[in-house]
Amino acid sequence: MRTDLLVDVVDGLDEALAAVDGFDAALVGGLLRPQPGQAGGLTGLADAVAGTPLASRVAEAAEKTAAGAGDEGHFVALAAARTALLGSVHDALVARVEEATGRPATGDTDAVPAGAGAEQATNLLVAARSWLSDLARAGWQGIDHELVGGAAPVVSAMLPDPALRRLATLLDGFAAELAASCPGATLERVPVRRWADLWSRAVLLTVPGAVSARAADEATGRLLPLGVDLQEHATAVQAQVHAVFEPADGGAARLVRASVSAPKPDTVVGAGLWQLLRPHMSLLAAVSEGRSMELDAMPLTGEGDLIWDDARARAGEPADAFATARVALPAAAAFAVAPLDRHPARIAVPVLLEGYGVEEAEGDGGVVFDVAGCRMAVDTGRVPAAGPLTPEAVASSSACLGLLRWDAGAFLLQPLAVERTVRKKAVAVHAGAWAGGTADKAGVRAEKAATDAVKVLRERAGKLLRK
Amino acid sequence: MGDGALSDWEKSSTARVVPSARPRKLAKVPFVELADGRLQGVVSSGSDIGRVYVSSIAAGSYAYACSTNNNRPCGGARGSFCNHIRALVSEAVLQYGTERVARYLKVDAEGTADAHVLTSAMTATGPGAGDASAAAQVFSRFLRHLAYLELPASTAPLPEMQWFPTAGAVAA
Repeated sequence: MRTDLLVDVVDGLDEALAAVDGFDAALVGGLLRPQPGQAGGLTGLADAVAGTPLASRVAEAAEKTAAGAGDEGHFVALAAARTALLGSVHDALVARVEEATGRPATGDTDAVPAGAGAEQATNLLVAARSWLSDLARAGWQGIDHELVGGAAPVVSAMLPDPALRRLATLLDGFAAELAASCPGATLERVPVRRWADLWSRAVLLTVPGAVSARAADEATGRLLPLGVDLQEHATAVQAQVHAVFEPADGGAARLVRASVSAPKPDTVVGAGLWQLLRPHMSLLAAVSEGRSMELDAMPLTGEGDLIWDDARARAGEPADAFATARVALPAAAAFAVAPLDRHPARIAVPVLLEGYGVEEAEGDGGVVFDVAGCRMAVDTGRVPAAGPLTPEAVASSSACLGLLRWDAGAFLLQPLAVERTVRKKAVAVHAGAWAGGTADKAGVRAEKAATDAVKVLRERAGKLLRK
Repeated sequence: MGDGALSDWEKSSTARVVPSARPRKLAKVPFVELADGRLQGVVSSGSDIGRVYVSSIAAGSYAYACSTNNNRPCGGARGSFCNHIRALVSEAVLQYGTERVARYLKVDAEGTADAHVLTSAMTATGPGAGDASAAAQVFSRFLRHLAYLELPASTAPLPEMQWFPTAGAVAA
């Protein structure tokens, strides 16, 4: 991999992010009565998309909002402009990653038909947008418990509806963060870009038809897992398995993902997360066992997401993730990214790094790889707690299979697995090794504690919820 | 906030804002939260499996309340914290850490304080009985919390979860 390309300047990146930052700063103080500085941020955003089809709508939205007269439609336009800008940042970064990995280029996105998705409960979308608009008017410094609490009934009503699960999950995690940060007036620091990201994304998801994750194709062939990425907030968890798919018809190998997610009480953590997810995707067990899987007409979206169905998969031959990374990964082409998902935070490109030196990062003691003179920060914080991969194992590794990500202005590597040399033999340690279960002593203890916790909650739920 | 350059944390899309709850046993205190300006939660009755107590302590004043889910006042919570409230503080410390609980309740506790020190610091101020009317609300929040277990899992991707990476290996 040409790591040097990942530390090189990307043309136009700073300018695009400056426009984003200007808008984000406006959200800190709120859009109720914008100050001159905030108005500048709004105008800057409009100027940045002046050469696009969004130009006139965003210009009007910025002008009205700067005057303190922005309505929900204007906020949607501003969120769209911000999303488009970050989409361009995403595209530039992905082009750079493709150059660095030398892997086949991503195909063009097929236009996703707007409004063609499943029918959504429009009144709930309207309620969500209204809450988000109140939030934008108050600004992060103006949030209080009453305002933030307004999300709860909307989220509760949305969660049971699969068509609204994405927005509900986002709002739930966002509102919990805001609630923990109330009152905004006394906040010492604000996660400026993050909250603007979550707000913009939620606003766009309230537009009917914004979401359409329908399967476009069917996948029949061999699935070779690379590793598991775990995501969680207080009341939701998702595991995504990154894998190489080799079609049975001899077609080109593709990079795909398989996801499983579940809502959860905030006290279900660690090994409890795997226990919630495990029964719904046999692939997690295959990952733990180091096996491939044979797929038979598994639904596959145009973005490379398998919509997993256990009935369409069976366990295959043993498959070592590092062998997959060395042999199959270099020729596997990624799918295009859905327009709404073009955002730097969504970049997660499987890569294999070898022959690096290990250093300690300045200040926080994190791990940094020195790859042919280029420094690549390693985000060991993204490794699941319920698993055998530790920062120490990463620091003493000789090969690392990970996801290339980008955040806060730099590329970084999320380890999925490492190889260490123990007594002259390469031993692999996988972040997701416990996903399907474990015989590891510490793992068994964590599993038992998690089982007990869920048992208590289910017993309480059985007694109290059905009265 | 100012016009100065943003820090990496402020520029991060995946900045960790709320640490995830730490694992703890749930039998005694199935539900704890720092919300609505209170430490509040649900404590199992020691004698009756079908009964739970709804307990709370207000931030700042430490005004306390404890009653059953059927609104009968707890006999122990007269004059000072009852055992349910003490258990609530202990479990909150397990779930969130002493520092976060102390900060939320506005208890001026020294760095290494534990749940016992925290509780003593609050009772030493001679707190009064608080508003018991919040019990119904706390209880309904507990039911909402339990309801998450009843929602089905899904294998449709949630791209939004990219903003919520696990923070597993950081918590010790």
